[in-house]
Amino acid sequence: MSTRNLDQLYRSVIMDHYKTPRNKGVIEESSVTVDMNNPTCGDVIHLTMQVEDGTVQNAKFEGEGCSISMASASMMTQMIKGKSVEDALSLANTISNIMLGNEYDDSIELGDIEALSGVAKFPARIKCATLAWKAMEQGVRKDSE
Amino acid sequence: MLNIDIRKHFPILEQEINGHPLVYLDSAATSQKPQQVIDAISNYYEKDNSNVHRGVHTLGNQATEAYEGARDKVRDFINAKSREEIIFTRGTTTSINIVAQSYGRANVGEGDEIVITHMEHHSNIIPWQQLAREKGAVLKFIDLEADGTITLEKVREVVTERTKIVSIMHVSNVLGTVNPIKEITEIAHENGAIMVVDGAQAAPHMKVDVQHLDCDFYAFSGHKMVGPTGIGVLYGKKELLNKMEPVEFGGEMIDFVGLYESTWKELPWKFEGGTPIIAGAVGLGAAIDYLEEIGLDNVEKHEQHLAEYAMNRMSEVEGITIYGPLEPEKRASLITFNLNDVHPHDLATVLDMHGIAVRAGHHCCQPLMKWLDVSATARASFYIYNTEEDVDRLVDGLRIAKEYFNDVN
Ligand SMILES: Cc1ncc(COP(=O)(O)O)c(C=O)c1O
Repeated sequence: MSTRNLDQLYRSVIMDHYKTPRNKGVIEESSVTVDMNNPTCGDVIHLTMQVEDGTVQNAKFEGEGCSISMASASMMTQMIKGKSVEDALSLANTISNIMLGNEYDDSIELGDIEALSGVAKFPARIKCATLAWKAMEQGVRKDSE
Repeated sequence: MLNIDIRKHFPILEQEINGHPLVYLDSAATSQKPQQVIDAISNYYEKDNSNVHRGVHTLGNQATEAYEGARDKVRDFINAKSREEIIFTRGTTTSINIVAQSYGRANVGEGDEIVITHMEHHSNIIPWQQLAREKGAVLKFIDLEADGTITLEKVREVVTERTKIVSIMHVSNVLGTVNPIKEITEIAHENGAIMVVDGAQAAPHMKVDVQHLDCDFYAFSGHKMVGPTGIGVLYGKKELLNKMEPVEFGGEMIDFVGLYESTWKELPWKFEGGTPIIAGAVGLGAAIDYLEEIGLDNVEKHEQHLAEYAMNRMSEVEGITIYGPLEPEKRASLITFNLNDVHPHDLATVLDMHGIAVRAGHHCCQPLMKWLDVSATARASFYIYNTEEDVDRLVDGLRIAKEYFNDVN
């Protein structure tokens, strides 16, 4: 029955990040702040990051949205902390490729975000999963300008 | 209740979605189309297609008759005084923009007021924001009661002698409230303002009589009333339309064209620049025929019954919040709601996996979402082809979603 399909979307890792988000909050002395929304559905994210010497030292988010968008934001902050800007951007690119069903570099350690791959089967929800990653991309690009 | 056979007129409803018979509860976004309307459109392309108002040949004449015949049906449908008052547009959005850009630009000046409400659709907010900014005019909002209704006292508080335009929706696409347009029009007129009505959610569901309402402009879309997308209507009082400048210039709308100056055709064509949406108008005409065969009073009765049934059944679901007035007789047949602990997008996905189509999001009403203090809501909207069984399926779906999200908790 159809809950099997739903289970692919709502993996327990995703629900865990949704119910207990990591890195929720605001970094007061952040070097990068991004506000982004998804105008078709109203999801919003307020992302603050501390980027120093080409490395994402810290990242926190606040926001409002569905389980997919909020879980994705939580995973994103968890994944990029301590990573170089370059690696963070390449992760964002991988996420985008997974969503679009394109080939991607599978040598990259995906960790929890592997769970997002089920979203690719739900075209209407892809934007939910990519919101936080788009915000991060915009943020680190802005910072390196 | 309407005869179950109505469903059979809509071929799209016969399919299964994700292994379940489709329950379509998103008619407020766009309605489905009966075979009769689909046939009228293909028939036009198969037999009559040609450009209008230009050919001397026979097909040109047939196309013009089909197009202008649709205008007569619209005139009759909303009881306008004359066919010149019916302008074909792309939809409600375009209709309201024409009023803002033509009437608005010519009649609103610095310090003048434009009055709308907190419940408006973006298409009845942004054209006025733009006009107010351009002219240095003031955009004012009528506040809503706690249950999402409008009172005439509040209207009187906001509308003043400086008000030039009052623009309000007839039926809310989120709250389901039916606004007292006739009474608000009276207040607007007492203050020397004109009354614009966004009828997108009213025309499909109830008998609209523009002469009785006495409003100055009335806008609606074909696709929400079993007609095709891409066609809509702007009704306007002739004496106002006559004084207004067109907003689009080109073929079809001209009388004489010189090198440096041109003159316009008479109404309604001066507002219809370019080759019009001919097949769309034909489809809208067929949609009106279809609705009138059923009878608008039967449509209304059916929906009233479903709204009441849905209100009762959905209220049984634990943790549900329903927005707008709770008395079924105060609302149209759509229900906007939230379910505890399940975000509306997640809810819509779970329902979709069970073949049930609902809308989730802000419904093009961000200011109203702010007023309701929510970031998103879910909405089930009903039309002639919906049944009590559809409501039952929805209620079952809501319970499944609740359980599902409690389990994965
Ligand atoms: C109340 C209301 N006004 C205006 C519109 C805009 O209609 P359209 O998109 O057909 O121009 C809609 C539909 O989305 C609506 O529900």
